Amino acid sequence: MFNRNWNGRRIAFSFREKKSSFAAAFAAALAAASVAASFLSPSLPVSAGSGTASGSAGNADAVEETGMQNNAGAAKSNATGKKEVTLRICNWEEYIDEGGWGEDEKIDLPSGDVFGDKSMIEDFEEWYEKTYGVRVHVEYSTFGTNEDLYNMLSLGDTYDLVCPSEYMFMKLISEDQVVPLSDHFFDPSDENNYYIKGVSPYLKKIFDTHDIDGKPWSRYAAGYMWGVTGIVYNPELVSREEASTWQILTNPAFKRRITIKDSVRECYFAAIGALEHDKLTSSAFLQDPQYRTLLEEELNNTTPAMIDRVQDWLQDMKNNVYSFEVDSGKADMVTGKVAANYQWSGDAVYTMDQADEDNFTLDFAIPEEASNIYFDGWVMLRNGIRGDADKQQAAEAFINFISRPDNAIRNMYYIGYTSFISGGEDPRILEYIDWNYGADEDGKDTAEYNLTYFFTGDDQGTDPDYVLTVPEQQLNRQLGAQYPSVQNIRRTCIMRYFDKQQNADINRMWVNVRCYNIKKLPLWGWCLCAAGAAAFTAVLVLRIRKSLRAKAQ
Amino acid sequence: MRFSRKYLGIPYYIFLGLFVIAPLVVLFYYAFTNGSGQFTLMNFAGFFTNPNTLGTLLYSFAIAAVTTVVCVLLAYPLAYILATGRLRRKSGIVMIFVMPMWINFSLRITALKEVLTFLEGNLAMYPFLNAVVGMTYDFLPFMILPIYTTISRLDRSLLEAAADLGANEREAFLKVTLPLSMPGVMSGVSMVFLPAMTNYVVLDMLYNSTYIMGSLIGSYFSAYNWNGGSMIALILLGIICLFTYLSDSDEGQNNMRGGALL
Repeated sequence: MFNRNWNGRRIAFSFREKKSSFAAAFAAALAAASVAASFLSPSLPVSAGSGTASGSAGNADAVEETGMQNNAGAAKSNATGKKEVTLRICNWEEYIDEGGWGEDEKIDLPSGDVFGDKSMIEDFEEWYEKTYGVRVHVEYSTFGTNEDLYNMLSLGDTYDLVCPSEYMFMKLISEDQVVPLSDHFFDPSDENNYYIKGVSPYLKKIFDTHDIDGKPWSRYAAGYMWGVTGIVYNPELVSREEASTWQILTNPAFKRRITIKDSVRECYFAAIGALEHDKLTSSAFLQDPQYRTLLEEELNNTTPAMIDRVQDWLQDMKNNVYSFEVDSGKADMVTGKVAANYQWSGDAVYTMDQADEDNFTLDFAIPEEASNIYFDGWVMLRNGIRGDADKQQAAEAFINFISRPDNAIRNMYYIGYTSFISGGEDPRILEYIDWNYGADEDGKDTAEYNLTYFFTGDDQGTDPDYVLTVPEQQLNRQLGAQYPSVQNIRRTCIMRYFDKQQNADINRMWVNVRCYNIKKLPLWGWCLCAAGAAAFTAVLVLRIRKSLRAKAQ
Repeated sequence: MRFSRKYLGIPYYIFLGLFVIAPLVVLFYYAFTNGSGQFTLMNFAGFFTNPNTLGTLLYSFAIAAVTTVVCVLLAYPLAYILATGRLRRKSGIVMIFVMPMWINFSLRITALKEVLTFLEGNLAMYPFLNAVVGMTYDFLPFMILPIYTTISRLDRSLLEAAADLGANEREAFLKVTLPLSMPGVMSGVSMVFLPAMTNYVVLDMLYNSTYIMGSLIGSYFSAYNWNGGSMIALILLGIICLFTYLSDSDEGQNNMRGGALL
């Protein structure tokens, strides 16, 4: 049964961190063009509408009465007098169901079929008009990395709703760029408030208890997808013990056969995990009543001493790994160029699916020291919403619509990541997990899999309703990646938002790791340099003399 | 009013202003200010006091220099044979060497990656070699074309004159063809050397984890340090200007150079 399900799974490439190298290279030119444009013409969109923005707050009636067009383009009257709202959404690339499923891809759950015919965006536009009687027009765009998104916003792009990772939405919140979600959004008595009705209690607690500058995440951000980091590995080449520690990255047995993310945050986390291996896995530490808090402290250590140690470790690692990959890690894993690959759980699921299709097996291990739990969440930008109540309502309705369990399933099926939604009273998410991973009736080698934490928020107890029977091998495979076991989830911690100074220190460390240090240059290298410099100077002098002589004539 | 030819230039002035002058102005602005917009020379000083950024400059130089030398060694004999030999369908052969340029760059490098993996076993063992091979593969046509054009436009009568004066073929080549084809070589060098210093996509795709100038600039921008990144871009621009100045030695004296341009 399970084979049918995940072999047929449709997953588009979900590059979480495509560095878009060209974009970086052209950033200067882009910056130049847009800044220059705003100098030249103050009426361009960069500053357009700012004068009238405050006027549009909550007075949609007035707009309709006078038929006046609002500059911000939020609510305007069309020919029939009906209101239309424009919603500008910016999300990760390939991070939402785009519809067009084949007939054989229907997900037949006991509570009804789930099927993606049209794209999620089109379905939302239809649903919103039917539910609220207002036409909404979604302008959907995508970004490649959190940093790209931030740079796009700095350059004057405006969006109403964006979906960055937790450290980036924390940055946006701390810079006061984010509008808090309305009280109505958290009212479970409204049947359309699918997010608050369906969000996993475990994840909700994390969002309630974490804050930035005293502002709790949950007030500003609504979770979309989440996951953990770990190692995808080929069990024929790497043992599970070897893969279950961050130290595999410097393990000489796999010299030049492991890839790691080209991302400073991911590398920093792995480095601390490996450096503090003994401490983090000691029983005294594990049994400390404050374990989760202490773990977070350890993995977010940014003291200069730790940064120095990390730099040394990363330099060793650089000489041992295959590459710092941007988006080639998954393909290299599937084609067998490497034996192991540091991966986000959602991409790990994708990689293992691909391997299954090619008839070989890849496994996923969550390192025993600690794993980084990450979240992508929706936040409404002040700069886009501009106090427009219609717009805000549409933005919140969008979050609710994609949080409806059937839509959450469609998105998960399409992109391979794990939704924030556990469904609340709606059983479909649980049914989907069982449909996807549940063992056959007469299956052998099955295991009990306890997901109570995800559905109830209780990471100590066991609710038989939320214990699945799954094939044993799935514990180390797609299921273990998409919905980590409760033992693994206890070892996860978030990576905090680093402030300006910490960021500067860590980025300097990263550049040091990646650059060729001139101090390592051997003597013959210096000789070559000296010869080159001498030749260069000679040519320069000759050239200058020649042009002087030409002038004299 | 009569149509004036001046108006034909307007699109180019707009293009120049928007995509050359304005970006340069902004580049200068960022390079000489700090995060809060005050004038500073720290970005400049920072570049030349950091052993890692200097190391990157050196590493980029090394890759670019080796690539250029390899390109010249490969391209010159080929261009010479093509331009002077009695081969039929010369243009067809030139086209074969130029053809890879018509295929998308990243596709080409991806294909090269597979070939190199087949030859080397584990790509990551030879990062420097891979970078040079990738760059050479990418830039070779830019070296072949100008040299070929220059040699094929050389005045044959000069060689005949050399023979009349008693030079054998080797001497004629060394004293006539080679010096007269130097403008083509210089033109090729400037089209290979400078891009090879910054084309970090090749390194990324061929798994060289060490930064060169291009990736260094990129890393500054993704760390929101636009000022530092702009300064490095500006320093690179300065180096390029200097090289162009040096390679332009026969300006206004030698008309051959015109023919060397693509």
